[in-house]
Amino acid sequence: MAAIEAGCRYYFGYPITPQSDIPEYLSRELPKLGGEFIQAESEIASINMLLGASATGVRAMTSSSSPGISLKQEGISYMAGSELPGVIVNISRSGPGLGGIDASQADYFQAVKGGGHGGYHIVVLAPASVQELYDLTMLAFDLADNYRMPAMVLGDSVVGQMKEALVANRRPDTKLPPKDWAVRGRGGGEQRVVKSLFLGDGELEAHNWRLHAKYQELKERETRWEEFMVADARLLVTAFGSTARIVKTAVMMAREAGLKVGLLRPVTLFPFPEKALQRATQQCKKVLDIELNTGQMVEDVRLCVARDAEVNFYGRPPGAGSLPTPEELLEQIRKHY
Amino acid sequence: MKQVFKKPESLKDVQTHFCPGCHHGTIHRLVAEAMDEFGVQQHTIGVASVGCSVFLYGYFDIDVVESPHGRAAAVATGVKRAKPDSFVFTYQGDGDLAAIGTAEIIHAANRGEDITVIFVNNTTYGMTGGQMAPTTLLGQRTSTSPYGRNKSKDGAPIRMAELLSQLEGVAFSARVAVDSPRNLMDAKKQIKKAFRYQVEGKGFSFIEALSACPTNWGMNPLSANARVGAEMCDYFKPGVYKNVENL
Repeated sequence: MAAIEAGCRYYFGYPITPQSDIPEYLSRELPKLGGEFIQAESEIASINMLLGASATGVRAMTSSSSPGISLKQEGISYMAGSELPGVIVNISRSGPGLGGIDASQADYFQAVKGGGHGGYHIVVLAPASVQELYDLTMLAFDLADNYRMPAMVLGDSVVGQMKEALVANRRPDTKLPPKDWAVRGRGGGEQRVVKSLFLGDGELEAHNWRLHAKYQELKERETRWEEFMVADARLLVTAFGSTARIVKTAVMMAREAGLKVGLLRPVTLFPFPEKALQRATQQCKKVLDIELNTGQMVEDVRLCVARDAEVNFYGRPPGAGSLPTPEELLEQIRKHY
Repeated sequence: MKQVFKKPESLKDVQTHFCPGCHHGTIHRLVAEAMDEFGVQQHTIGVASVGCSVFLYGYFDIDVVESPHGRAAAVATGVKRAKPDSFVFTYQGDGDLAAIGTAEIIHAANRGEDITVIFVNNTTYGMTGGQMAPTTLLGQRTSTSPYGRNKSKDGAPIRMAELLSQLEGVAFSARVAVDSPRNLMDAKKQIKKAFRYQVEGKGFSFIEALSACPTNWGMNPLSANARVGAEMCDYFKPGVYKNVENL
């Protein structure tokens, strides 16, 4: 729904649980709007169809889940290198390997550290609710177009399968640069080439520095996060996505019990809210990071907190029944308070 | 004075990087001539693949998208679906199309995508230094088949023009050789037919061009050219394997 509202008319994908609702919905809706839906022969083909469509300047997307996202990494690297926009929704599942279909946050590293080859970043947005899944999907299209780079919406089976009330917001009125780089058939104009191969002396180095500068600009201008009861906190809990919802309940329970606990939830995982964390830990010297894995975002948290802050971690690796309860998290909060 | 021969408009006036005796330049020219004759240059989007053919955009004066290795048919699918009024072709080598890109080519062909694929078969991976390709002939020595391609170990060379002709979505599938004036005339004729089918929206069109790679074959240009007409044409028989107009 959000993709259609954002003007996306092209979808290329391959079935995989727990995200098949997306292709099923779009296979029904896109043809009515004059769009194109292709169920590709593989994840590899679908990301490359996205590459081709995006190169012509249209808004297009793909979606998948963890093992499928692994297969897409080649194409994502090429899109990053060719500076192509495009939205990738990852309703991630548990791994490694075939793993399982339970909620998991084990793909944080893959998403934010450049899962493919060559040293690049993509925008990574982590919704914690159905509303955010909707709003951030539209934002992903805008950021992708604005910065000419792929954007990923990283959810899990909890947020991907949840039923919640939704306000179908209208597409934001964002001013975007013209796509004067898109291939269109020359039509008498200059030749346009979309490529990631740079063999001339110094060309590739310059290209990489330019990409780097873009990532810095993204950090300055597009970092988003949520702070909840952070001002007077003695213990700051960090968590993202659906896990942060459970943490929020635990934080409220802690407050009722008289404990000064706050939550800082990164909404953009790349760019990561480095400065917000630095600021928050000027006062609050204890941090507890909670994730549905054995410790991934915690590495970035450690890099960003004030020098004398102490960072602890509580994780639940993916697997059936591994969603923590608010009571369980409250116990961890008490332990590290 | 009447001008009877000139550089096609669709090609740039530059030198190519191709080795002496390589047929890429010849095939580029045939494709560009066909493009000129159909008047499609200004709305063509080419899809370059990985290999010696990647510099397509350096030689053709058209818009180009560079594809990851083997994925050109999928990239072209995205381009054509998003811009159905454009003329879209891929230009791929044998390692690219018949090994790593097998799934992409078969399914693009099967969907009957309105694109044209120029498949350059020179029985080897040219750019990486002459390794064994899916089209390497039996007994042929390459840098990774130093004892010659062995059927029981490596399988037999794949005949792509025949294989794709089996698929419903394919409107046209032909194999040509570019080793002699006569074969060049025929190649041009078949390329034009493949282009016409796309322009008329008939479906997927495929041209396999048998060509030489003297450098990696360890041959001089003349004997490499002769090998195309002899050994290669013997196993990979030139001809039209599918033509919807004849069905």
